[in-house]
Parts: sequence; C-alpha cells; structure tokens
Amino acid sequence: MDLSMKWLADFIPRKFDVKEFCAAMTMSGSKVEEYRPEGADISNVVVGKILAKEKHENADALFVCQVDVAKEEPIQIVTNAKNVQVGDLVPVALDGAVLPEGKIKKCKMRGVPSFGMFCGLETLGLTEHDFPYADPDGVFVIKEDCKIGEDIHTAIGLDDTTVEFEITSNRPDCLSVLGLAREASATFNIPLEYKKPVFEGLDEDINMQLKIDVENKEKCPHYTAGIVKGVKIGPSPRWMRERLRASGVRPINNLVDITNYVMLEYGQPMHAFDKRYVEGGHIVVRNAEKGEKITTLDGVERELSEEMLIIADEKKPIAVAGVMGGEFSGIMDDTTEVVFESAYFEPVQVRRTAKKLGMRTEASARYDKGLDPTSQKTILERAFELVEMLGAGTPVKSIIDVDNNTAKPSEVEFDPDWINNFLGTDISREEQVKYLESLEFKVEGNKVIAPSYRIDIEWKADIAEEVARLYGYDKIPSTIIKGVANAKLTEEQKFTRKLRNTMTALGYYGILTYTFVSPKYFDKINLPKDSKLRNTITIMNPLGEDTSVMRTTTLPSMLEILSVNHNNRNASARLFEISKEYIPTEEGKLPEEPLRLTLGMYGDDADFFEIKGAAEEILEEAGIYDYEIVRMNETDAFEEKSAFHPGRSAAVLKNGKAIGYFGEIHPSVQKTYGFDTKVYAAKFNIPEMMEESVSEKVYEELPKFPATTRDLSLICDESLPVGKIQEAIKSAAGKILEEVQLFDVYQGKQIEAGKKSVSYSVKLRSKESTLTDEQADSTMKKILKALSAIGAELRQ
Amino acid sequence: MKQQLEEIEVKAKEALSLCEDSKILEELRVKFLGKKGELTGILKQMGKLSAEERPAMGQLANKVRQDLESMISEKQKQLHEKMVEKQIKAETLDITLPGKKRKLGGLHPMQIVEDEVREIFLGMGFEVADGPEVEYDYYNFEALNLPPDHPARDTQDTFYVTDNILLRTQTSSVQVHVMENKKPPIRVISPGSVYRSDAVDATHSPFFHQIEGLVVDKGITMADLKGTLDLLMKRLYGDECKIRLRPHHFPFTEPSAEVDVMCFNCHGKGCKVCKGEGYIELLGAGMVHPKVLEGCGIDSSVYSGFAFGLGLERIVMRRYNISDMRLLFENDLRFLSQFN
Repeated sequence: MDLSMKWLADFIPRKFDVKEFCAAMTMSGSKVEEYRPEGADISNVVVGKILAKEKHENADALFVCQVDVAKEEPIQIVTNAKNVQVGDLVPVALDGAVLPEGKIKKCKMRGVPSFGMFCGLETLGLTEHDFPYADPDGVFVIKEDCKIGEDIHTAIGLDDTTVEFEITSNRPDCLSVLGLAREASATFNIPLEYKKPVFEGLDEDINMQLKIDVENKEKCPHYTAGIVKGVKIGPSPRWMRERLRASGVRPINNLVDITNYVMLEYGQPMHAFDKRYVEGGHIVVRNAEKGEKITTLDGVERELSEEMLIIADEKKPIAVAGVMGGEFSGIMDDTTEVVFESAYFEPVQVRRTAKKLGMRTEASARYDKGLDPTSQKTILERAFELVEMLGAGTPVKSIIDVDNNTAKPSEVEFDPDWINNFLGTDISREEQVKYLESLEFKVEGNKVIAPSYRIDIEWKADIAEEVARLYGYDKIPSTIIKGVANAKLTEEQKFTRKLRNTMTALGYYGILTYTFVSPKYFDKINLPKDSKLRNTITIMNPLGEDTSVMRTTTLPSMLEILSVNHNNRNASARLFEISKEYIPTEEGKLPEEPLRLTLGMYGDDADFFEIKGAAEEILEEAGIYDYEIVRMNETDAFEEKSAFHPGRSAAVLKNGKAIGYFGEIHPSVQKTYGFDTKVYAAKFNIPEMMEESVSEKVYEELPKFPATTRDLSLICDESLPVGKIQEAIKSAAGKILEEVQLFDVYQGKQIEAGKKSVSYSVKLRSKESTLTDEQADSTMKKILKALSAIGAELRQ
Repeated sequence: MKQQLEEIEVKAKEALSLCEDSKILEELRVKFLGKKGELTGILKQMGKLSAEERPAMGQLANKVRQDLESMISEKQKQLHEKMVEKQIKAETLDITLPGKKRKLGGLHPMQIVEDEVREIFLGMGFEVADGPEVEYDYYNFEALNLPPDHPARDTQDTFYVTDNILLRTQTSSVQVHVMENKKPPIRVISPGSVYRSDAVDATHSPFFHQIEGLVVDKGITMADLKGTLDLLMKRLYGDECKIRLRPHHFPFTEPSAEVDVMCFNCHGKGCKVCKGEGYIELLGAGMVHPKVLEGCGIDSSVYSGFAFGLGLERIVMRRYNISDMRLLFENDLRFLSQFN
C-alpha cells in the first residue's frame, strides 16, 4: 500500500519527519517497506519564462531562447523544441541540474552557448496522465499557478512523499488512507480529523429511475447504489491527480479517478456503470446461470459458472461481483448518466470467483480479505461529495441502500489481568483502555467492542495484541521460561549423530541435496522401466521437470553431486548424505519417508575395497555384526543394482533385512554421468540398521594366558570366495579361535592355473589355561579337515 | 711397587685423555682395571709385601683404582654426550615440511549450524521432534488457522501432490503433530526441509530449511518468548547481539512478531547491509493462537504457549558471510571443506 503523506495530512494535520514516522508506524504494527520522496532524483530545475525565441544561425532545427529564471540576467538556452512560444512557462534544468537521465551542464550547441535545458514530462518522470493538457512529446508548457524561478517540485506539486507499507492479510482496513490515518492517530496520539461526507444532490426519487434486486443476500449482504446525472467527463483537478500518482494509480478521467480515489481513501472498491447499458434500469445481484458469458473490461470473454456472483441487468451480466466490470458498461467519453455501486461482497465468494476466472484484480484483492460491511453508504456519499466538488455531474440525492448485513462488530471479553499474565507485563487497566480507545475500540465494563472495520478481532489474544503493539513490543521484558524441563535425544537422533561422526572421521564431507528430482534420474541409473522406484510422489505444479518428483532413491542425487565436483575439477571426493527417500504407500495417503545414509567417492586411488572398508566401519560403529554379504545382482533387496558393476557390488543383509549396499558404479552409468574415473557409492537403510543394531557394550576381561599363532597357506580354486574359507575356519576352530586374519592372496608362478594361494594367520587362545601344542595341533587338524571339505588344501 | 703403581696411573691417565671412542675406552678399562688388567696384576703381588708395607700400599692401590674408575666413568659420560649431540645434529629436520595428516571429513555448514541450534535448545530443555515433509493440507494450513480460502495462503506458494496432500511450506506443521500427541508441558524444536514454489536465485530456493520452536505450558508469556529468543541469538551471535520484536501477522500466532537482530555491520546505525534500517529480519514468532491450541485439544483457558520459526539458510549465510544460497546446494568440495 502506497500512502501519500499529503493525503494523510487531510486526517492527521501534522508535519511528520518521514523517517521518524516510518519507524514509529513500523513498531506499532504497520511495517514500512520504504519511503520515496517524489522527484528525489531531480534537483536544480526551476520555472522559467521564455522572453525571446530566435532561429539558431547555424542550424535550422534549433532555436536560441532567452529565459527569465528570476536571476539578475536572463539565461540563454538552445533548444530543438517546436512547441514553446515567447511568454510560456517551462521547466528549466539549470547548469548543474540533476535529472533521472543524468546531469545537465552548460555547453555549446553548434557554436552557440546554452546554459541549461527545457524539460518535457518524461524527463521529469511524469506522463500525460499527470498533466493531460501538456504535449507528451514536446517541452512541458506549465499552466499552473506558479512563480518564475520557483523550484519545480513545489511549482507542479512534485513534492509529496510516498510511504510504502506492507499490509498483512488480517488488516485489509489498512489498505486505505483512512485506515493508515487511524493507525497513525493511535501511534502518535493525535486525534483523527474525519468529516462525514456531505453532498447536496438533486431532489429526485431514485426509485423511479433505478431498481435493485439482491437475490443472493448471503453473498451480498450490503448493496448501495446511486445515480449521477449530467456527467461531464474531463480530467480531474491537479490535487487529485497528484494524490493518485503518489498512490501508484494512473489518473484517467474525473469519474474513474473518483472511484479510484474513494477506493484508496476508504479501502473499498467502487464501480460506475454507464446507465445507458443497464437495461431496464434494473440491477440484479444474482448467481450466474450455467453457460452465461461476459466480456470484461479487459476485452476478454469469460464463461461464468453457477457459483459465481454477478451484477446483471434485466438481460445480461454487467459485472462479475467484486472482480471486474463488463466491457460495455464502463464509462465512455460520451457517458451522461452513471450508476455508482458501493457494495460489500462476501470475501470467500470473491476469492473463489477471481481464482476460477484467473483474474485477481485490485478490487478482488481488497474484497477477498474482507471489508467493513457497514460503510457502503458513507463511501457512496463520499463519491458524490467528490462528484459535486469536481463539478463532474449532479448526483441524485436519494440513494438505494439494500442492507441485509447481520454481522455485528466483534465483542470480546476484556480482562486486563489476563492480558498482563499473557504478555508478561504490568500495564494498568487505564492504560490498556487508553490504547484500545485510541484504536476506536469501545470498552464497556468487562467487554471490548471492536470497530466494524476490524474484522480480525475475535479472541482475547487479539485484544492482547492491540494493547501490546501500542504499549510497545520493545517494552515487554525478557524472561526465562519457568518450570523444569527434561529433554533428551531420541534413539534415531543419537544414531544419526553417531553415523555423522563416523563419516567425518572416515574423511567424508556432508552434502545437502534437493529431495525433488527429475524423473530422468531413473533412466540415468539404468533403472528398469517396470522398477517400483519409478512409482513416485509427483508434484502437480512443479517449477519444472527437474524438480517434479520426490526421490525414491538417494543414489542419483549423490551421483549428480559427484559429477558436479568432477566437472569442477576436484581431483577426488568422499561425500555422504543423511537424508530421506519418499516411498509412496496408498493412494491418498502420505508416503513413507525413511532415512538413508548415502556415500559416494571417486579419485585418490578409490577402489572396491575402500568403499567396502568404509561400509564395514559404518556397520561396526552402528553395532551390526554377523551380517551377510551377497552379490547385489543375486538378490532383489535393492532396485539400484542396475546402477552397479555386477562383479563389484554387494548387498548387506541381516536376518533377511536389506541393510545396505556398496560397490562400483556400472561402467555405462559412469559414462552417462560423464566420469572418466571409477566411481563408488554405498547406501544404508537407517531404520533397518537401527532394528539390527546392538548397542550395549560389555567389558571383556583381558586375556591372562598367552596366545598361539599358526599360519596357514592354502591352495584352492580361484573361484572359491575367501569368505567361505574364513567361515570354515571359524566354525571348525570353535571357541578358542581369537582371530583369523587373511594376509595374502596369490596367483601366478608356482601356482597351477585356475588356482590361487590364500594365506591366513590363525590366533588361538584359551581363557582357562595356556594352550598346549597338542590342543593347538588338534584344532588346526579340525580346521584343515573343514577346509578340505570345501576344496582348500594345505599348500605343500 | 709404589713406583709401579704411579707409572700405571700416569700411563692410564694419558691414554684416557687421548681416548675419543667408547669402544677404545672399554678396551682401556679392561687393560687397566679388568680381571687380567695391569692394576689387578700389581694387586695380586700384595701378598709378597711385608705386613708393615701392606696397609700403605693397599691404600695407594685403592686410591689409584678409584681415580681411574672415576676418570673412566667421567670419560664415558663425555663420550655419550658427544654421541647424542652428533645424533641430534644428524637427525635435525626442516620443521616447516608439511605434517602427515589423517584426512578428516566434515559436516555441511547447514548441519553445523543446525547442530548448534539443537544444542542450545537441548540445554534449555527442548526436545527435537520430526514430522513428514509430504504432508496433509490439514497440518500445514488448516490446523494452523489457515482455512482453505484464507488470503495468507497466497504468500506461501505451495507445491501440491493432490488436492489434499502437499509439500509442507513450513515446519509449523510439526507443532500440530506434537500437540496432538503430547500433553503440556511441551518444549520442542523441529528442524527440517520445507518447500515453496520460488524460482532459484541467490537468496531463494524452492527447497530450504526451517527450525520451528514450540512451548506450551501454564503461564507461558510473551516475555518468555522474548527471553528465549534473546538467549538463542546471544548464543548464536555473541553476547552483544541485540534483538527487536516488531508487530506482524501470522494466522497461527496472536500476538505475532517479526524478530530482527541488530545489524552486525553497523550496530543499529543503518548501513548498506541492513538497507539503512539498523536491523535485519531474522525470524517470525508469536503466542500460539488459541484456535490452534483448541484445535489440538489443548484448553486455551488453562494453557498458553509461544512458537517461532527461523530460516536456517539465512542464519548460515549470515554466519559464514555466504552471499549466494545456491552454493549450499551445489556441494562443491572446495566450498564444503571450508567450515570444519
């Protein structure tokens, strides 16, 4: 909302320091975004009178003028303007003047010195709407009451200041000069100077000339209308044009300007119909009929539906109520008789209609927040007062007022102690009453009655806010919450914190990625067309395809970021993210949002065993033991297996649960992402991990007896996984096996083709006594027997 | 014999004084003092002496022995010191050569600051609650006093999944879940991702993060809200940090406030950073609206509460002087490695 400070002065006759005004209004609840003194970018421009005008001796298109600017001597100005004559008053930018387009300096034009420049409207940041009499293409010939040498700001009324307010949706009453004046009155404790509008009017009976039928009283509780005869369309006076301009509204003609002026002053839109087009002189406020159409003021034909409220005459719709008028019912240059409408339409109705028609207008934006349902007649009277003031026509004295409004001003309990307890303040009852009364609330005993325009007041807390904002939020003390509180982290919070610590200790950096992705991501990771991961939560109104579905896998987000780093020439990367996937459940139900830990890496000699090592560390930190590791493509646990190298990827399973996976990204997927290096990734399902996590730690006594270590060198088929050998050793050795460590895998010279040599160090220890050689030998024998059974023989 | 002893002493002293090697020193010790050494040889002849001569000679011999022993040990010490000195010299390093490091990773700056805020609130007895990001309209809007046709919905450009399901536009939705599931006293914060249909630029993102706070109990006041936020900002930005509450409107709080912090650059005088205001807008807050309490089954005549929501990106960007929000989501390692 742009407020003209000159306009405000009609209601609050005080000269404000703008900066102080803005600060105080902001702190009492009307937030000022900024203030703009008009013509702030113009200086050293004065009114000059042209004393002489001669042709330039060297240029046919130029004139040399002598101009009186109220200095000792007239100044000489060279111009190409054809529309100026001797005796004209014009804006003169003197030597050193500042204009929006730059600085003006004296110069020579074709050899003749020129000490300034004449300004046109555009140069001064104005348009023909501001000064309709002026030639928009030539120099601005001023026809105002002003002095020679007078500064241009005061001379043409370019001396207002516009203050821009951010008005929140609960205070539509403040979308008006009057509303802000009321706020200023309360803020600065200055009485509001408000005069009820009066007009003389033609002593005629309006009911003989106009008939109003409000069929839908619920959606239109208050409708008033009146007639202006003998309309003379012309420009409105300068003061009105100035105020409209300062409020950001373009002046058009006196009648249109009056409706806009009243809207800005009172906050309620008005409408003016050319009476010629109101067929039968009969206005009906009703719902549209199915298939009914209207061409609105903007020239677009719109189809109406039955739930929309319209203003119609006997034959056709002439306006969409509270949204926009019809094309042919508006004011024309030859309009002679006008019907003025001032009405209250139910906000939700206006909102829905405007939305459905896709046309949010200045009017609908005001109606849909809710207005004072009682002030319609006053507003119409104000319009007629202005019509008379401007000599724009003659209003008929009688007005049709169809008032079915049943809404009463809000009445709320007034409890000063409750307010103090709620705010944590100690404000006396008298002071609270003073604040409320300054806002035009009425306090009656233990009740407070809101003014009719305060549609936001409903609860005690609303009254507390009124008191608080006038008392000053800055005067409310700062206190510590009373009472004891006992807060702790949840298991999930502790678990993810541990995972984060583990990841940073392992050298990984945390990333943060968008959770909505492109459906193309699924193709990039080679996901089969029928994969269930392609069933996503899809956004109906996305910003673009790239952010249109909620991800069902975090893997592509990680690959994208790895690829960004790779493209940015970071030689290596170790990244992780703890974030959600969004897995659809039932139609119309919310998805599951499980947490995932995702890892990604490339460069710095990254290989399968590094990502496996990281996975093992994570699982150990997470307290997951005795898990199963299987080839990813041999299980259905993870759909993302399509993105991995089948020979270099593994799934981690525990008790049949899919815990996670790790491995090398499939060569073709690497290529898709543009990598020229190998890329590795892993993902862990946090809820499943938590279910399988053993977090209790129990101290185990340090060994008292020495250990016996035996080395084993074995020969087996190269296809035999070492995991199998290890399992065999473990189960054969039993309790006295303390540790089994692989220290060499060898293929090559001395080893038969198709075979490999695998070497283990086996550490045995008993808790009861020192192991004898016999005990150790017998265990080793058992181990060898078990190994032999799976095809691993002692290397001779 | 006395002469022999004195000769040995002279000879030994000379040899010792010339010795520069611990090996030779050991040889000398054996030569003079060893079992088969010269001095021992002489002492063996003591038996041949008369009883009168023996004590004097014995004394002399012992003195020579002690002298030599102490000389040798002194020499050993000297030689050891020399050797260590030599070793130290040989082992002296260029200490400006780089150290061997184990590569540590680091947390994302958003996580670092979120953790900090969590910790501050944990210290004040706030639990951390979580809620769904894909949410029913009811929790995101309706229960927060934003019915379907409420004009304030316009300011939150919402991504919809169905007519009834959306991506939450504010972590305030968690307030409702918490109040439905827990009886007062309630003290929770809820950090999380939120979504609004804003095009990406240096200060906007359709995906961003908020931290919601909610306190409900008997006798909670607006002064408590002010005190809590004051403490938060002092912990985050230092004791000299000042906050300012300014009236505002949120449908789910009444009274509502926008909270500004005094500009870090000009300390309230007004400068370019704060656009001349002296304060920078940081978060929204207010007393929980009685309608919201009642809707969650909490008796608003018995309980009151406050709520606040702060934008994490804004705090992180201010903290680290990051001017472009896109950097937070680009995740370039050269960026990520600057915060740990």
